[in-house]
Amino acid sequence: MRIKRSTWAIPYGIFLALFVALPLVLIALYAFQDRTGAFTLQNFAKFFNTPEDLHTFIYSIEIALLNTVICLLLGYPAAWILANSELNRSSVTVILFILPMWINMLIRTLATVALFDFLRMPLGEGALIFGMVYNFLPFMIYPIYNTLNKMDGSYAEAAQDLGASPAEVFTKVTLPLSMPGVLSGLLMVFMPTISTFAVAELLTLNKVKLFGTTIQENINNGMWNYGAALALIMLAIIGITSAFTDSDSKRADETGGLI
Amino acid sequence: MAEEDKIILLEHVSKRYDGKTVLDDINLYIRKGEFVTLLGPSGCGKTTTLRLIAGFLQPDEGRILLDGKDIAGVPPYERPLNTVFQRYALFPHLDVYDNIAFGLKLKKMPEDEIDRKVRRVLKMVAMTDYESRAVESLSGGQQQRVAIARAIVNEPKVLLLDEPLAALDRKMREDMQLELKEMHQKLGITFIYVTHDQEEALTLSDTVVVMSEGRIQQIGTPRDIYNEPVNSFVADFIGQSNILNGTMLEDKRVNFIGHDFDCVDKGFGENVPVDVVVRPEDIYIKKNTEGEQFTGTVTSCIFKGMVYDMLVQTAEGFELEVQDYNGFAVGSTVGMHIHPGDIQVMKKERVRNTFEGEVVSPVSVRFLGEEWDIPETDIAPGTPVEVDVEFGAVDLMDERKDGNTEGQVYFILYKGDRYHLTVKTASGELLYADTQDIWDKDDMVGIKILPEDIKLRVK
Repeated sequence: MRIKRSTWAIPYGIFLALFVALPLVLIALYAFQDRTGAFTLQNFAKFFNTPEDLHTFIYSIEIALLNTVICLLLGYPAAWILANSELNRSSVTVILFILPMWINMLIRTLATVALFDFLRMPLGEGALIFGMVYNFLPFMIYPIYNTLNKMDGSYAEAAQDLGASPAEVFTKVTLPLSMPGVLSGLLMVFMPTISTFAVAELLTLNKVKLFGTTIQENINNGMWNYGAALALIMLAIIGITSAFTDSDSKRADETGGLI
Repeated sequence: MAEEDKIILLEHVSKRYDGKTVLDDINLYIRKGEFVTLLGPSGCGKTTTLRLIAGFLQPDEGRILLDGKDIAGVPPYERPLNTVFQRYALFPHLDVYDNIAFGLKLKKMPEDEIDRKVRRVLKMVAMTDYESRAVESLSGGQQQRVAIARAIVNEPKVLLLDEPLAALDRKMREDMQLELKEMHQKLGITFIYVTHDQEEALTLSDTVVVMSEGRIQQIGTPRDIYNEPVNSFVADFIGQSNILNGTMLEDKRVNFIGHDFDCVDKGFGENVPVDVVVRPEDIYIKKNTEGEQFTGTVTSCIFKGMVYDMLVQTAEGFELEVQDYNGFAVGSTVGMHIHPGDIQVMKKERVRNTFEGEVVSPVSVRFLGEEWDIPETDIAPGTPVEVDVEFGAVDLMDERKDGNTEGQVYFILYKGDRYHLTVKTASGELLYADTQDIWDKDDMVGIKILPEDIKLRVK
């Protein structure tokens, strides 16, 4: 008997259905139900009527934005230096920048806590931002590096030929052409930072609360329906972010963005 | 010629990459308004020369003058030159209009002036309705036009073109050639054009610079280059040609393919070995063998549209390429003659291989990076010597290990009755060999030379 090619997709289909689609459906179902299982919008109303949760939500987005901006400001020059063959002649430096991505985030964060202890620096909001930037910087550098690295050098040459100084070459050609990589990087950093919670707990000794922690607390305390509603709100934010950058994803594929 | 007519002057320019010389002592001037083509096979240094002029590379030696001023320290963006790149390098994030306006905007030109200029060049390259199109949506030929428009809108003193038509199909290429030539006449800008296509070079240029191996082989008008090639490389590279070994008997008298011919060249001396070039269209072929200079048998006849391209085996065993409006059947006997003016005699660049060597022992000598057996010599070991090897004494072997050293076939010249091969040896030196065997370019060969064919001369 001949096995059709599509047959091979069945195990993956089952996996996706069980571990991706089903949880999403469950979250949606729980979010619109009360404890008895009846349909309600009460869970969402509760979110907007609980100033503490609302505040945590806005604060989380602020932290995520701040982290993303810092990552971009640090990551773009780093990627540019790495992709510049005159400044960086070996691929080892690239590996060194990417290396932290290979280590579990919790271990890295625990190491950061130990580092702050060792240096007798207080844990708190500053440590949180440091830890987040440290954790997510490679995700910003890599897609930008990829785009810059694959960029045809003749564009820069053509710009120079037409009278652009090195600074003008960068602002008028290199930067606009590397935008797909930048968008990829922004997404790769912003989306996971919104939902971070362990990093925040460890680096601030639970002094600073992020939205991820709020969700976790509610679920742990048996408030499944409210927790699911909060998770759905967060998903919506992530969805909006990625839709915002989606129009450029075709270009990102061509020029080597990460997703 | 007045000095100020030379818009670009290259003096003793050399360039090396990783110790390898890609340009060797280039001397060249380009006149204002001239259409100059740098012509040569890939790796001959033509693109490097162009990049040196554009400023993307700096010469290791020598200097480049623009309007009489050394431009060594001037970065590319301050040179009044513009380039049309081989793969166009149009900015994908800008539309056609903004690509063309790029250079003008950098100069902070007023908007209305930019607009006027852009529209004028768009009209010139026949792309008027395409200004808001994305460059990626254009065909190769259209991208080419935009690339040319983007360069000429800046009104450069010199326009550099790096194989701009290489990516186009034949028909389109021929159309663009005509347009480029027209544009050159209309604009009055100096064009420096790089190509490996000899036909393109002959069609377009006022002056052709034939390059090979990082050196200029010949500079001249297309007519000069075609009719009076200075060496066998140029003769072989430009058009079709029969390149033959000959002997200059006396002034205006040369012997080749076993016959004596009248010619117009003189000053070579008597009984001097020379290379003789005869273009296929310059051999007159007749059915009648009587009264002709030599006879032969047609071995192949191919219709090429305008002419028949024939191979003729002469009675003396030489193979000649002949073109004529009339085709002759394969196997038929024909008579041929050549007019004195159509015989191009060239001094032989070399008549045998000469290598630098050193005697190692009474029975061996070292050259080409290897030790070679020789008949016993009384030259003391350690003496530097010149080693002479006749072209015909070099044996090329299929198996690399059968030879004493190895090499790669670099250049092949058919000489009517034998192939004259240039082989790049493992030591990086060039070795010349005459052979009847057929080799392809880039073939790896073993090199063998019999001891008695190795002649030593103390320097």
